[in-house]
Amino acid sequence: MTIPENLRYTKDHEWIKLLEDGSTALVGITDFAQSELGDIVFVELKLPGTTLKEHEVFGTVEAVKTVADLFAPVAGEIIETNSQLDNAEVVNQDPYNAGWLARIKVADPAALQALLDAEAYRQLTGE
Amino acid sequence: MLRTIGVSSFEDLIVDIPEDIRLKRALDILPASDEPQVRKLLEGLAAANRSTSEYVSYLGGGAYDHFIPVAIKTIASRSEFYTAYTPYQAEVSQGTLQAIYEYQSLICRLYEMDVTNASMYDGATALAEAVLMAMNVTGRNQVVVAGKLHPWNSSVLRTYLEASGHNAVIQNVLQDGVGDVAALKELVTESVAAVVVQQPNFYGCLEDVEAIGAVAHANGALFVVSADPLSLGVLAAPGSYAADIAVGEGQPLGTPQSFGGPYLGIFTVKQPLVRKIPGRLVGMTKDRDGEDGFILTLQTREQHIRREKATSNICSNQALNALQAAVYLSLLGKEGLRQVAAQSAQKAHYLAGKIAALAGFSLKYTSPFFREFVVETPIPASDIVEQMLEHKVFAGYDMAAHGESGLLVAVTEKRTKEELDRFVEKLGEIV
Repeated sequence: MTIPENLRYTKDHEWIKLLEDGSTALVGITDFAQSELGDIVFVELKLPGTTLKEHEVFGTVEAVKTVADLFAPVAGEIIETNSQLDNAEVVNQDPYNAGWLARIKVADPAALQALLDAEAYRQLTGE
Repeated sequence: MLRTIGVSSFEDLIVDIPEDIRLKRALDILPASDEPQVRKLLEGLAAANRSTSEYVSYLGGGAYDHFIPVAIKTIASRSEFYTAYTPYQAEVSQGTLQAIYEYQSLICRLYEMDVTNASMYDGATALAEAVLMAMNVTGRNQVVVAGKLHPWNSSVLRTYLEASGHNAVIQNVLQDGVGDVAALKELVTESVAAVVVQQPNFYGCLEDVEAIGAVAHANGALFVVSADPLSLGVLAAPGSYAADIAVGEGQPLGTPQSFGGPYLGIFTVKQPLVRKIPGRLVGMTKDRDGEDGFILTLQTREQHIRREKATSNICSNQALNALQAAVYLSLLGKEGLRQVAAQSAQKAHYLAGKIAALAGFSLKYTSPFFREFVVETPIPASDIVEQMLEHKVFAGYDMAAHGESGLLVAVTEKRTKEELDRFVEKLGEIV
């Protein structure tokens, strides 16, 4: 199970990565999450321009036998969604890179510090 | 048994039921009787029924007396179909799934829509689910009824919305029995999730569906059409005038009127809405040997997987009625359906002309209609209904049931010219 050191994590198995501009971040689901869900067939996300509170649902990931809500790791605004998600299996194949879900303009970049680091997330998943 | 479950008396068992609504006397039923006696009693009651096989019927208002080829019952009453009403053990029921798949395909072509579900309970619940779906898709919470819905469909819609925490059904004004499109424009704001129209409407009249759809889309609302499937033999299909969701009461397609049910709720959408559709969907695929097979698909929308976030709480369908509809459409074919619809319309217009020429009678609305129309009568409609029973005729539906004047008269392809002329003659004699 891959848990990159440079990301922050939530208890709901999302990851978030602050980009170099310092104010926007990519959000996705973790390797653990994609492996638990199984074959992902569809990702539905709220439209760019949507403002999100922390922990607000911003979409769903649909696998063959189940479906899971996506929760915003921090407050912000969706500014872009991954256009490659028409082939949703990319989330299974490469959850931390090509399989990112949304780019969010983060309301308060400092809020990321309150999220789990790689070590804490590793403990959460029992690795 | 009471001892085993730990209560001391029957009253203890029902302690959760408020005192004031409990029945405090014995049930008012006949004493016990043997089977032959019970049978005699029930057969006597059944014999008091009057049916459309014996009477000439002009009853409509949502359920119509179209001819039902006997092959439909023969096929639908095969025990393989008859005993499994919805596919719970889906993939082992390949025959049931295939029948539903054929139904879905036929309805898609008839309505010119992309996706049809395995069916809803009836036309009214299909309409209510369509509005809930539109609210879910748009995030808006009002609905505008553009023309004249069947009042019972309106009631079901209001019940569903009330239970979902919405109670915002806005009724457009009517002009000559149909929705006033100019007035509609004022009602469709950015809070409106869906503009709903029934075609033909409750009065049998034809709404200006294209104009209504344009008003809906100009304001970002979904356009929801409840269309009579049989009318589509001659009328434009909802998909051709940009309906986002099209529903309908499937009874005219091979289901008997039968005291109001069980009927068939038709539910169709355009492709972009497929993941928001309620109910079961059957798909076709290949099995590991490369053979065609049928499956339930996109089940993650449904409540056995998505729980409280499911698109709907329906987890069943009207498989047998859907089968009847599929067999009906297959037997008639494209041309047969066109003829049934055209004959119904022609005979209805013949009768309407004859009745309107009778002294004291007139058509209540001058808007174009399909196979049903409202007549103003010189004596109360209830008297006409009553007196026509003596001539073995169901004269129509008394609009007094909805606080309106007139008699709603429906004509199907089953009526002969002799029957129509005799009806006119008797109407003339009665008044």
